Amino acid sequence: MKRHMVMAAGGMSAALVLAACSGGGDGTDADTGEVSSLSVLDYYNNDPDNSLIQAGLDRCAEELGVTLERETVPGGDLIQTVLQQASSQTLPDVLMLDNPDVQQIAETGALVPLDENGVSTEGFAQGVIDASTFDGHVYGLQPVANTLALFYNTDILADEGVEPPTTWDELREAAAALTEGDQYGISFSAINTYEGSWQFLPPMWTNGGDETELTSPEVAEALQLWVDLVESGSASESVINWSQGDAKDQFMAGRAAMMVNGPWNIPSMNEMPDVNWDVVQFPVNDPSQTPVAPLGGEAWTVPVTGDEASQAVAVDFVECLNTPEQQLDWAVSRYTIPTRTDLAEDFLAERPEMAAFAEQVANARSRTGQLGPEWPDAATVIYEAIQLALTGQASADEAFAQASAR
Amino acid sequence: MSSLTHAPARAGQVSPAPPRRRRKLRGDEIGKILFVLPAGIAMALLFGYPVVKNLTMSLQDYSLQTFFTGEAPWVGLANYVDVVTDPIFGQAMLNTGLFTAGSILFQFVIGLALALFFKQHFPLSATLRGLLLLPWLLPLIVSSATWRAILEQDSGILNRFLGVFGVEPIGWLVSPSIALIAVIGVNIWIGIPFNTTLLYSGVQAIPDELYEAGSLDGATHWKAFRYITWPSLRPVVSVVLILGVVYTLKVLDIILGLTGGGPANATQTLATQSYQRSFVDFEFGHGAALSNILIVISMVFAVVYLRRGRHAADE
Repeated sequence: MKRHMVMAAGGMSAALVLAACSGGGDGTDADTGEVSSLSVLDYYNNDPDNSLIQAGLDRCAEELGVTLERETVPGGDLIQTVLQQASSQTLPDVLMLDNPDVQQIAETGALVPLDENGVSTEGFAQGVIDASTFDGHVYGLQPVANTLALFYNTDILADEGVEPPTTWDELREAAAALTEGDQYGISFSAINTYEGSWQFLPPMWTNGGDETELTSPEVAEALQLWVDLVESGSASESVINWSQGDAKDQFMAGRAAMMVNGPWNIPSMNEMPDVNWDVVQFPVNDPSQTPVAPLGGEAWTVPVTGDEASQAVAVDFVECLNTPEQQLDWAVSRYTIPTRTDLAEDFLAERPEMAAFAEQVANARSRTGQLGPEWPDAATVIYEAIQLALTGQASADEAFAQASAR
Repeated sequence: MSSLTHAPARAGQVSPAPPRRRRKLRGDEIGKILFVLPAGIAMALLFGYPVVKNLTMSLQDYSLQTFFTGEAPWVGLANYVDVVTDPIFGQAMLNTGLFTAGSILFQFVIGLALALFFKQHFPLSATLRGLLLLPWLLPLIVSSATWRAILEQDSGILNRFLGVFGVEPIGWLVSPSIALIAVIGVNIWIGIPFNTTLLYSGVQAIPDELYEAGSLDGATHWKAFRYITWPSLRPVVSVVLILGVVYTLKVLDIILGLTGGGPANATQTLATQSYQRSFVDFEFGHGAALSNILIVISMVFAVVYLRRGRHAADE
């Protein structure tokens, strides 16, 4: 109720004072129309990300002549924090959101459309813009992206004389050949959360499957790949309980020769120099296919706080976080991919080991590109179907029909 | 409710007292109310508000949007219909029942056995009793993470241990037919200290003279337990069981930490479903409806507990 009043008043000229009063709690000082500080909320609460993000934020704060009040929360708590802040009208001036959440939050009317405030999206990868677009308007800008690819242990593959797989058949064969004793051929996450759904997207999309029609043969075929890997013993039955972090731990402990995972693991993997690894794109079912992987990463948005002066500065701040220099800086330091496609060359010159990911991102799709705010429902069906199939309660052909009936 | 049915009956026995007492107490009433008031306000804020809020929420379409717009249209009982007709609901109910019954049964029996064991005096008895509290003192998130590692199929210590005896690795947390048993097992481990502690204090309160007298009559061992320990312990037993049921019905952390309700919903309970609906799917109306169903079930036991407590006080 109060919020309505504030928002309605926001359009009127006399409203700035009112809005400034209501915005007092979020650390802005708009009394004089001069914005001296911005509040920022994100979930980079662990190092090295935490300090690398801080450096980028500080740079832009200095450029705009404002101070920052940054709050970081654990990833799982971000949306709950946002909801609490929304109901108490204490949303920050700048809000980081995981890209699949942007449309859901935009749908609530809580975000400022960036394109209406003169922000250009030219040169950004289309998948990134799709993820942040709702109802024809762009609500977030994502400086860097990540995705999934296939990591492999170069020593183990060389010892066994196995080449990194490029097709699903090769993947099955390689995984079987690399399975012996305590060591599985491959690890991945098939957990009953959105994480499990996200890991399933490379086989699903690469094979031409689509989240708008989950009962198609293409999707079932992709699920069969997961089932084959587990049933043959090439992957542990525990994958249905493993997060991506668990999958990485198995790989780093030498208990898996390959893994499906993302580049955010690289900094911690670099701390264990004994494990030599390399990355290839996720294999294709049919050689004519192009690997398609999901686009990950976080977008920076500007919540509607009712304080127009601060909102305007916040928009500039988000733009600053997305300049080519800032993108490259974060991409190189955080092992992520710049979302301005023309930066690929400069980036790979600095991080040649990211070649597979850079290629993968070029064809990456956003999870919310087709379904928008309905994506979470599809993601739930996907992980439920995976669980049914991997526990043998349904065949790969029937699992999606069974899961969507719920 | 019980107080209403109870009070007149008792008042009747005292006969002419009530009308006179009421008049006489009127002067003190303000003072009494002032004493009760702070507690009343605290109760209303801390318990009343969430309960009422949860009740209204369960009748609304309370979604992500609501937090921003403040609008939550009334939908009547639609949320209840939705959650009850959800195919997972039946499984969640069954799992909740199995989880609660299984946990309580073993927690209680093992707790009682330990309480009786510690009644005997032996060296280090106090130290051991202290150690026994450990599972209770650990944060649940630590317990579940530790047990998850122990029960891990490939490298977990339990399967490694069983492997020594030639047992094939068991999918404790990844096989739908075993996961619920494993989760119940961990919850039993966590609940034993609570049962042991309360039952031990009950056992301690039984006068030794009873046993001495009993032994003269030939009541030793099993007979002593049957005719002395058990009857003396009964009030404590009912408290332990009822509180145990109420606590166990709403167990959430352990299941989330061990299996997240999986594999394939094998360990989904009303509590985990409620959490899932509210904080993962952001369908707060559905989540509230589920938790209200859970509250009603708990309340049945709570009412039994209150009535028991009243009887005990009356005796």
